[in-house]
Amino acid sequence: MPTVEMTVNGKRASAQVEGRTLLVQFLREKLGLTGTHIGCDTSQCGACVVHIDGRAVKSCTMLAVQANGASVMTIEGLANGEKLHPMQEAFRDNHGLQCGFCTPGMVMTAIDLVKNNPAPSEEEIRHGLEGNICRCTGYHNIVKAVKAGAAAMKG
Amino acid sequence: MHDFGYHRPASAADAAGLLAGKNEAKIVAGGMTLIPTLKQRLAQPSDLIDLGGIAELKGIKVESGGITIGAMTTHADVERSTDVRKTIPALAVLASGIGDPLVRNRGTMGGSVANSDPAADYPAAVLGLGATVRTNKREIKADDFFKGMFETALQDGEIITAIHFPKPEKAGYSKFANPASRYAIVGVFVARTSGGIRVAVTGAGPCAYRSKELEGALSANFTPDAVKAVKLSADGLNSDLHATAEYRAHLISVMASRAVAAAS
Amino acid sequence: MTATGIGASVKRKEDYRFLTGQGSYTDDINRHGQVYAYILRSPHAHAEIAKIDTSAAESAPGVIAIFTGADYDKGGLPAGWQIHSKDGSPMIEPPHLPLCKDRVRHVGDQVALVIAETYAQAKDAAEQIDVTYKELPAIISTADADKPGKPQVWADAKNNTCFDWHLGDKAATDAAFAKAHHVTKIDLVNQRLVPNAMEPRAAVGDYDRATGEYTLYTTSQNPHVIRLLMGAFVLQIPEHKLRVVAPDVGGGFGSKIFHYAEEALVTWAAGKLRRPVKWTAERGESFLTDAQGRDHVSHAELAMDKDGKFLGLRVSTVANMGAYLSTFAPCVPTYLYATLLAGVYTTPAIYAEVKAVFTNTVVVDAYRGAGRPEATYLLERLVDKAAREMKMDRVEIRRKNFIPRDAFPYQTPVALQYDSGDYFATLEAALKASDWAGFESRRADAKKRGKLRGIGISTYIEACGIAPSAVVGSLGARAGLYECGSIRVHPTGSVTVFTGTHSHGQGHETTFSQLVSDTLGIPIENVEVSHGDTNKIPFGMGTYGSRSLAVGGSALVKAMDKIVAKAKRIAAHLMEASVADVEFKNGTFTVAGTDKNVPWGTVALTAYVPHNYPITELEPGLEETAFYDPLNFTYPGGCHICEVEVDPDTGVTQIVNFTAVDDIGRVINPMIVEGQVHGGVAQGIGQALLENCVYDEESGQLLTGSLMDYCMPRADDLPNFKVATQSTMCTHNPLGAKGVGEVGAIGSPPAVINAVLDALSPLGVEDISMPATPLKVWQAIHSASAKVAAE
Ligand SMILES: Cc1cc2nc3c(=O)[nH]c(=O)nc-3n(C[C@H](O)[C@H](O)[C@H](O)COP(=O)(O)OP(=O)(O)OC[C@H]3O[C@@H](n4cnc5c(N)ncnc54)[C@H](O)[C@@H]3O)c2cc1C
Ligand code: FES
Ligand code: FES
Repeated sequence: MPTVEMTVNGKRASAQVEGRTLLVQFLREKLGLTGTHIGCDTSQCGACVVHIDGRAVKSCTMLAVQANGASVMTIEGLANGEKLHPMQEAFRDNHGLQCGFCTPGMVMTAIDLVKNNPAPSEEEIRHGLEGNICRCTGYHNIVKAVKAGAAAMKG
Repeated sequence: MHDFGYHRPASAADAAGLLAGKNEAKIVAGGMTLIPTLKQRLAQPSDLIDLGGIAELKGIKVESGGITIGAMTTHADVERSTDVRKTIPALAVLASGIGDPLVRNRGTMGGSVANSDPAADYPAAVLGLGATVRTNKREIKADDFFKGMFETALQDGEIITAIHFPKPEKAGYSKFANPASRYAIVGVFVARTSGGIRVAVTGAGPCAYRSKELEGALSANFTPDAVKAVKLSADGLNSDLHATAEYRAHLISVMASRAVAAAS
Repeated sequence: MTATGIGASVKRKEDYRFLTGQGSYTDDINRHGQVYAYILRSPHAHAEIAKIDTSAAESAPGVIAIFTGADYDKGGLPAGWQIHSKDGSPMIEPPHLPLCKDRVRHVGDQVALVIAETYAQAKDAAEQIDVTYKELPAIISTADADKPGKPQVWADAKNNTCFDWHLGDKAATDAAFAKAHHVTKIDLVNQRLVPNAMEPRAAVGDYDRATGEYTLYTTSQNPHVIRLLMGAFVLQIPEHKLRVVAPDVGGGFGSKIFHYAEEALVTWAAGKLRRPVKWTAERGESFLTDAQGRDHVSHAELAMDKDGKFLGLRVSTVANMGAYLSTFAPCVPTYLYATLLAGVYTTPAIYAEVKAVFTNTVVVDAYRGAGRPEATYLLERLVDKAAREMKMDRVEIRRKNFIPRDAFPYQTPVALQYDSGDYFATLEAALKASDWAGFESRRADAKKRGKLRGIGISTYIEACGIAPSAVVGSLGARAGLYECGSIRVHPTGSVTVFTGTHSHGQGHETTFSQLVSDTLGIPIENVEVSHGDTNKIPFGMGTYGSRSLAVGGSALVKAMDKIVAKAKRIAAHLMEASVADVEFKNGTFTVAGTDKNVPWGTVALTAYVPHNYPITELEPGLEETAFYDPLNFTYPGGCHICEVEVDPDTGVTQIVNFTAVDDIGRVINPMIVEGQVHGGVAQGIGQALLENCVYDEESGQLLTGSLMDYCMPRADDLPNFKVATQSTMCTHNPLGAKGVGEVGAIGSPPAVINAVLDALSPLGVEDISMPATPLKVWQAIHSASAKVAAE
């Protein structure tokens, strides 16, 4: 079995995995980082989104071995102690979550979106969330949250 | 997913060597098509050769007036490249409409073209621009590349290294996305090039193809209305839950006219 | 109103854990020594199992056990509701074993349970199980299932009929039709939907050898119901030896109400293997096993007088149950559907016939709205069509037939008695908010841009706050539908609230904290809400049917009444006053007309440190439980208005405006209420425009079995919503609350379709079915213009 080594939320993590182990399985099962969720098996829902070297990706569609040597950020790594990341804060302020299952992926995608487009329009936000499905909120408040989060990240 | 051996070569030559040395090996690029396929246990390779560590396969270069894009360049990199936006804006537009941002952060030009999914976007650009597919063995003209559903001119062990797109005078792309999967139900790439008008259609047939009718109509008159008026036959077009062949035939004309309207 | 009291948009208490990845969903739970289950499922819609050979699989790496139907020695999954047919005979209730014994009846039916050290090993081994099937012809179509000569799902259910039921006065309805000036008729399909909560179902079974106690962690909306059904009926484990925990649950929408095979299997296997067993659905399995929704085929007729006043309504519906009866399936197309056919109108005579049929498809049961969206869709499509045929204004015909403001309580001809409502108020508010009056100029403007613009309306009612036990009992329910709540005041005055409802997105931890902190006058941070664990909560019926606040919240009010009554007696003792003179406000006890007072905290402490205490009259401690059984259903209602633009070139419908004005009774947290409406409307729009569960009619294969083909609403499919509440209070519960969980999904689909039809009406299009996909809209435009060309 190959050994993988990567930085996860700023800490070194290494383990032996099967070649077929998905990154999301590695995070959830080997590292106990269960904030990254699995909502589908066809790479559609985005519940599993994490950042690899600063880019948002679907961790269900990547092998753990492919992340060897990479720097991974998951939802657990965003807050600074008790202080939430501005995007997390914006989701709370705008009621951008209900059951919370899609939320980690939404937040991780939203941060990447804002990184590439610091002042997104509503339409750009909706387009940018195409890879994340939420069944609870109807997206109205998620869009509001991303907009507010973008403003907060700037300032 | 069945288990497999995993290899991450540092050069295209090493990758080719590994590929030749294993009997059921497969290349993995962005994995956006291959990994879901493996998860569904629809393929069972003995080994995966990951091209992710090969620097020479990445990057975008302006070359002889056109653009050369390394096989491992992600859709997101194409979408955001100022060189692409300047030289062939339609290509950046196309890239920005593939799947979703997360897919675009991993999926690659080479993977998409090698896969020849009937509903993929890039094949329309490759064909529409008359691009050249470069492999570790040769160069293949776009017109000779797409052979059928998931079928290309690539031989066993052949690796796409880059794709060269000549600069058109004007080009545009318009896609009608499948509402569920976001792949193309119909995508039409139009280009006015020094060698004439090229119109490539994806999503509608077994693989991307050129539409002679639309090329004819646009050669006479490069306007949206010229193609919108063309009534195409539905014979041989794909038909599924989301779109009948007749609907696709109609959409091809509509998307072609929108692509012309958007062409720059 | 205080910043955290009733009526304030308090930020949710649960959000911190969800936003930091620290929610604890069932698949996040791992027990020491845990093994993994994979379920081998039928690839056929209908087949006999001739032989199962597990020998190769048993010796595969990591395999611990393989069980098939032959090994399973416990009970089947029960139906929780009994319906009787017109002729008095009980519905056909086929056996529903967690593992099939000799026949599979839908693609995805459970054939073998494989347990291994890892999930991948279990799945690898399952590939080596050799099952010999003898394929049988399958019946899929709802409309055809009861026709003679079709494949039969169950030998006992002749013509695949589960029951043939009716409601209402047939003779009176016939008489109304006999004197009608005009009759409008409509045929409608309410298509099957897949709930697709984002968290796939999961279950972890555990068995403690030392105590003999079983624990099931499961993705459930109602852990006590699962304990009752699984304990009493399926595995025969008594309640005191069975704990069911529904931890954080990632959405339910009805699909996590029911008791599923996998829950029973992991619990059963954990007992046999003496190891914890985990099963987690892959999304593909969710498509094949989560109870699906809707699936009605209906014909309806509306009789009117010459002024468009409704005289009578006749409805006949065929409802698909799927291959088995899921837990609450029989009540959905009957008592949650036909009873709503009066809608918001005074139609004096109504007669409905409902036939439930079995098919070789996944079971159908309650999905957000359950029965009420089907009734609303039917009525609101019918009323629009009636207006067109009568050449009346769509709004006017509704106003003319609304139940008047002063007619409440209003007895409908289909069993329900509405306690309160004001349909004129919600209508007027929605017309104003949507600028209904200014629509024609927007239509003209759209036309200039080459777009077809349309506006549609739906005025709806629903019955929720489920439900008075005696009433539902008389209608066939095999359970009571009260709710239970406990208030535990701790010695320092903080409070733990135990509720039998379950929050899987609804924000109960916040809403109930607001209710309790406001009522008891204590800071909201001093209130903690506990739910979802049968070992912590005295009892509960769970969350569905928009019942949590109306029924669960009322139970908490009753429990708090008891707390305050007792606390007053303690306070009276401390202040040396008579109980009758003690008043309680803002967390302080006072004696009327004096300046004597004791704060909440002192009373709480005294209850637990009873040194100066009326110990001969009063027990120490301050904890009370109440069960609340509602007196009636609650009746939220309102008006939804949708505005669309159709691109005639592609058939794409874009929703450009959506307005919902709902009467939901008392609002505790407006932010949460709006969120519930947004989510419900999104699901309603999904049904109207995007979602469709399609089986191949021959093979019974699910053609929309993944998110690649089943179209879920995404951010760019939806608009921003204008939502508002315009409430009348529920008259029979202490909060005045009606419920908001389902209104969005109930009111919206007909508003959307009526808007699409309005947009297409200039072309002569008169009908379109849900979902109105681009393909269907284009086909409708195409054939209408072909017709025009031919004429
Ligand atoms: C949710 C989702 C939505 C999507 N939507 C779209 C869409 O709208 N439009 C669209 O066009 N695509 C879409 N895709 C597909 C996506 O663009 C993929 O990235 C692409 O098709 C494959 O690229 P890849 O780099 O991921 O290749 P991989 O999945 O790694 O490989 C695909 C195939 O190509 C072979 N291959 C890869 N690289 C090479 C090479 N250099 N030389 C030879 N063979 C090679 C592999 O062996 C494999 O057989 C979507 C994918 C997902 C998951
Ligand atoms: S789990 Fe659905 S996209 Fe990754
Ligand atoms: S909050 Fe439940 S899926 Fe998004």
